Amino acid sequence: MTPGMSIVAYLIAGVLFIRSLGGLSKQETAKTGNLFGVLGMVIAIVVTAITWLQHGAGATAMALLGGAIGIGAIVGGSMARRVEMTGMPELVAILHSFVGLAAVLVGVSSYLGPESHAASTTVVGAAQAAHGAAARIVHRIELWIGIAIGALTFTGSVIAWAKLKGSISGKPLLLPGRHFLNLVIVLAIVAMAFPFVGAAGSSGLVWMLVMTALAGVLGVHLVMAIGGADMPVVVSLLNSYSGWAAASAGFVLNNDLLIVTGALVGASGTILSIIMCRAMNRSILNVVFGGFGTGESKTSVAPVEGEVREIKADELGERLANAKSVIVVPGYGMAVARAQNSVNELCRTLRDKGVKVRFAIHPVAGRLPGHMNVLLAEAGVPYDIVLEMEEINHDFPQTDVVLVIGANDIVNPAALDDPGSPIYGMPVLEVWKSAMVVVSKRGMAAGYAGIENPLFFHENCRMLFGDAKKSVDALVTAVKAKG
Amino acid sequence: MRVGVAKERAEQERRVAATPESIKKLVGLGFEVAIEQGAGVNAGIADDAYEREGAKIIADQRALYESSDVLVKVRPPSVEEAELLREGCLLVSLLQPERNPAIVPAVVARKASALALERIPRVTRAQKMDVLSSMGNLAGYRAILEAAAVYQGLFGKAVTAAGSAPPAKVLIIGAGVAGLAAIGAARALGAEVRAFDTRAAAREQVESMGATFLEVTIQESGDGGGGYAKVMSPEFIAAEMELFRQQAREVNVIVTTALVPGTKAPILLPRDVVDCLVPGSIIVDLAAEQGGNCELTVPGQIADYNGVKIIGFTDMTSRMASVASRFFANNIVHLLTDMGGGDKFKVDLEDEVIRPALVVHNGEELPPPPRKEPSPAAPKASKPAQTTAPAASSATIKSIPPPPADAKPKQHDVTSPTRRAWVNNLFGMVVVGLLFVLGRFAPQDFLQHFTVFVLACFVGWQVIWSVSPSLHTPLMSVTNAISGIIVVGGMLQVGGDFGVATILGAAAVLVATVNIAGGFLVTQRMLKMFQRDGGSR
Repeated sequence: MTPGMSIVAYLIAGVLFIRSLGGLSKQETAKTGNLFGVLGMVIAIVVTAITWLQHGAGATAMALLGGAIGIGAIVGGSMARRVEMTGMPELVAILHSFVGLAAVLVGVSSYLGPESHAASTTVVGAAQAAHGAAARIVHRIELWIGIAIGALTFTGSVIAWAKLKGSISGKPLLLPGRHFLNLVIVLAIVAMAFPFVGAAGSSGLVWMLVMTALAGVLGVHLVMAIGGADMPVVVSLLNSYSGWAAASAGFVLNNDLLIVTGALVGASGTILSIIMCRAMNRSILNVVFGGFGTGESKTSVAPVEGEVREIKADELGERLANAKSVIVVPGYGMAVARAQNSVNELCRTLRDKGVKVRFAIHPVAGRLPGHMNVLLAEAGVPYDIVLEMEEINHDFPQTDVVLVIGANDIVNPAALDDPGSPIYGMPVLEVWKSAMVVVSKRGMAAGYAGIENPLFFHENCRMLFGDAKKSVDALVTAVKAKG
Repeated sequence: MRVGVAKERAEQERRVAATPESIKKLVGLGFEVAIEQGAGVNAGIADDAYEREGAKIIADQRALYESSDVLVKVRPPSVEEAELLREGCLLVSLLQPERNPAIVPAVVARKASALALERIPRVTRAQKMDVLSSMGNLAGYRAILEAAAVYQGLFGKAVTAAGSAPPAKVLIIGAGVAGLAAIGAARALGAEVRAFDTRAAAREQVESMGATFLEVTIQESGDGGGGYAKVMSPEFIAAEMELFRQQAREVNVIVTTALVPGTKAPILLPRDVVDCLVPGSIIVDLAAEQGGNCELTVPGQIADYNGVKIIGFTDMTSRMASVASRFFANNIVHLLTDMGGGDKFKVDLEDEVIRPALVVHNGEELPPPPRKEPSPAAPKASKPAQTTAPAASSATIKSIPPPPADAKPKQHDVTSPTRRAWVNNLFGMVVVGLLFVLGRFAPQDFLQHFTVFVLACFVGWQVIWSVSPSLHTPLMSVTNAISGIIVVGGMLQVGGDFGVATILGAAAVLVATVNIAGGFLVTQRMLKMFQRDGGSR
């Protein structure tokens, strides 16, 4: 295989990746999109393997490579098969950490390996030699950036994973002078690049390891300071970092396919973060450095007063069975209680009775962009009755019953009418405009943003206390009992 | 107790305040009824029909006025007529003292009383006496018929061997009783109807009549309490005008119903909106008598403005004198029944319906009582024309002030976007400058990679924005898998001599493969779960 042929193969793989992401834009083409991705990846690996064999790899190396790929595939495959849909955010986070780790490993390995080697295996490597010193400086800077991003992604993702899993408290850790600390670390990383770039041979290794450790600390610190409710943004930010890490590895290795793919992933993660932030009406900087929902943030200027009215499953069941139109608003609480199957059962029972049932999904519901959609899909809810906020928000006034399951901040009217509220300005689902709102909740605790919800005191709001799954199961029984 | 029914002398007024049936009922209530000779002729009712039901026909106007304890009339009396009133007599009519300021002193001078029918409050009990609703209903219906008569096209859709025609598009502004009746009539003729109202409560009523409810982009409820519309913000008015301009380009017929008894009607269709209509379009201005909702309305006539016909008839209900008289007379019967009938007739100053409508009591001018907020039209009303009767036709859009002549959507924060654009431009120039610096010093192969990188970023940017939000999780896991492409980097490091670099490379390959396998598999798993409704379960 000539270098020209591998360029073409990489080009094809790159196009396949683009088509893969494009395919995911619609439900109908999503599966094909995924297959394109797999195909692109297979092409890339096979071509690289052939190139690699042509360079006369030794038996040991071959065994090493085969073993690594085999073990990796088995581990990854079993993780993917075993994961619960409710555990999806954790899986995504830990997978990000692997990309970060791989980027660090590739970077360090590239630094330690003979420089000529990296050049010889790549297609445009020949140009490198011609430029000499300038090329070496650029190469080292690329290396430096790549490793820094990789290390930050790695530790940040591990912390995000632990937070999502619940091993670490979801509360933001706010050290005194944390912005200053971040700044010092960043400046140190930049400063240490100078001796590293100047070092002869592999003598810059110490600088490199110290810098890797520092970048790792930065990743830990950044994610530790972010609260549980902002996790969707963090996960998508880490998604984009993992892409930039791959792209910088591509610069290091002079590999265009890595650059293209990394850029695609980086753009994707960035866009997801932007979408999430817009949904919360906050800037990225506010999310990353905000330490939101803590003692620092303002509390609602208008303390909520009033009476909370409870409703029992029997009564609600009757209301649901007699309703014409019902909207279900799921939140993270539904995922925690694993109530999605019961919710689907309720939805089916009501639909069989001729009730129009739809789902309203807030962009930041759950702990991952699109989390609720995946859970409902798992339970078997048809995706065309699961609607986005903009699609359904104006339908609430014509709705008889709205059932809010394990959601809080995304249905908080204070976001619209209380300028003192920390979530003021965030678009929310206007459930209170319907004839009746029922909130299924374990107790009166505040949501992740730590603020009171005046919705619970609205005249047309009733509370259904208890575990979401048990409550919904009781509702199914109650609805079925109505004939 | 004698009720006298006067003949209408106002120009173009064909209605009469009593019909044979209403006279029968009044007689049954214990009233003695007298009616002026020829009072019902224009409404198609002969004197002897009244006589048969027990009314006394009086030829002389003066004699009728002087002998009546209660004098009923449709239009307000002229000053000369008012001067004929007997002392202590009660005058009942659409008095509109704001428009006829001379009436009140005349009634006061006669030491009589006067009850303005249009001031009867819109409470549930008073629905049956609500003249504005019963007349508004007819006016709305007639507006469509007048429009259809002048319009040179078909209202309903037609498909014939000689060609086909689309249905006419009708815009109704103000969905009070008149507006709703107009919607019903236009729909019955087969037109495509849309309606606009500032009150949220109107939406359901409009939709129940089969019309499309139009909204402006600004969220602001026009509910001012008590079923009245409140004064909208200038932004709202601007948006409303923009909506009208946009609609005017599409529709064939516009009916405006913003009629405010006693005051000048708000201008809803300034000249620039009318300019948007195609020649041959029709505007029916139900507020013509009060100056009109359209700037170009000529009261009482059909005006032609560049081929657009503006119907400004002030006698819409009078054109339906037969049915209008019947409804009006029934309203009067209900009112008089409510006041105690012939035997226990009493002008009760404590009565919540009578008191607000009473302008003069026994020669004493009464100040308008403090307005209590009567219950507004229930938003859930199923039969709008009836249940919202108090949400009166004309009072509905009461307080939309006339928009400025050059109404244009107001620009918010004109400075801020400009400044942001400047910052963006500046930032862009700095970036471009830095890129040139980079190009000057960086090696060429780096620049080639950099080109690829930047282009790929833009491709990704374009592709990802179209991803449906429900697929964001699969998107993440698939990008995750794809970023496992770093496996290629690892593989490139494994080759060559066995050493630290190789081991690190192999470790990179291992973790990257976990990513690839895990990411693609879990995406596949998720995507399989997404099902369309009605698909295989």
